[in-house]
Amino acid sequence: MSNHNTALDATHEANQSQKSLFGFWVYILTDCMLFATLFAAYGVLHNNTAGGPSSRSLFDLPFVLRETLILLTSSFTTGLMTIAVVRNKAKQAIMWLAVTFALGAWFLVLELTEFRHLVHEGNSWQRSGFLSSYFTLVGTHGVHITVGLLWALCLIILIAKRGLQQHNVRRLTLFGLFWHFLDIVWIFIFSVVYLMGAL
Amino acid sequence: MARQNISSTTEHEAQNLLLMYSAGFVLSIVLTFAAYWPVSRHVNSLHGIFDHTALIMVITVLAITQLIVQLLLFLHIGQDAKPRVRLLTFLFAAFALLILVFGSFWIMAHLNYNMQSPANTDKAIMQDEGFDGSHR
Repeated sequence: MSNHNTALDATHEANQSQKSLFGFWVYILTDCMLFATLFAAYGVLHNNTAGGPSSRSLFDLPFVLRETLILLTSSFTTGLMTIAVVRNKAKQAIMWLAVTFALGAWFLVLELTEFRHLVHEGNSWQRSGFLSSYFTLVGTHGVHITVGLLWALCLIILIAKRGLQQHNVRRLTLFGLFWHFLDIVWIFIFSVVYLMGAL
Repeated sequence: MARQNISSTTEHEAQNLLLMYSAGFVLSIVLTFAAYWPVSRHVNSLHGIFDHTALIMVITVLAITQLIVQLLLFLHIGQDAKPRVRLLTFLFAAFALLILVFGSFWIMAHLNYNMQSPANTDKAIMQDEGFDGSHR
């Protein structure tokens, strides 16, 4: 009897897990729509500099390349975390999650440094339509990164306390999806805003 | 025996994942530098292989390639069990996204004439056509 129940529980749990995975996937796709509108706004506005600086004179390419490589590496370490989860190694999972957190935090610090530099030189979001759309697009990505960092921190604590039980495995899977998604969005920010902007 | 089987399949899965993530990571780095290098040469006005238009196309193609690489190797798209709801919802979202972005560009690029009062419309047309009245 009790065996039967555990089997049922396990299927139920697996179903729940599949459901929340799909639900989160749909959330990510709607988030894609959010970024799509911001990209469209940037594309429309990026020549409206109102006499201010254009994207050509504003961005420091080597600096942005460094940001890009850091975020890409953090996406890879998230993958290594997933592998540790598959192998059921809680300590390794925590370690890779911590590395991901550190890289994400480094990325965020660099981004904020860039923003501070821009604002300091009088090129804030109030300067022109181009800069408004730039700060909105890149800033929204930065907000997502910030939320992801808080999430990672909570997960580190949760796993340290309760190990790799089913709920935590599910949470880690969702976090992995989220973080990979943020790196994909950054590819397009890097290509469209910074590389094409520098031409 | 059964237990050993289970652990060897998870190990197999882990190895498989490691291969995918490593390949995705290396490919992404290569693609990032492939896009960065010609742009940085162009900006530092060392004469590169590509002109302005070609560079934009190169960047676009490399970004889309990297998108596909990461979708397949990091997000494992198309590898879920049938019915492939994740793949289907993704394709639908991609479709809506393309309409949203390129529709916006298309409309906004043709909006100059329509967003103005009639008097300004004449002016805008004259400016666009290259005669502004002062050279008459």
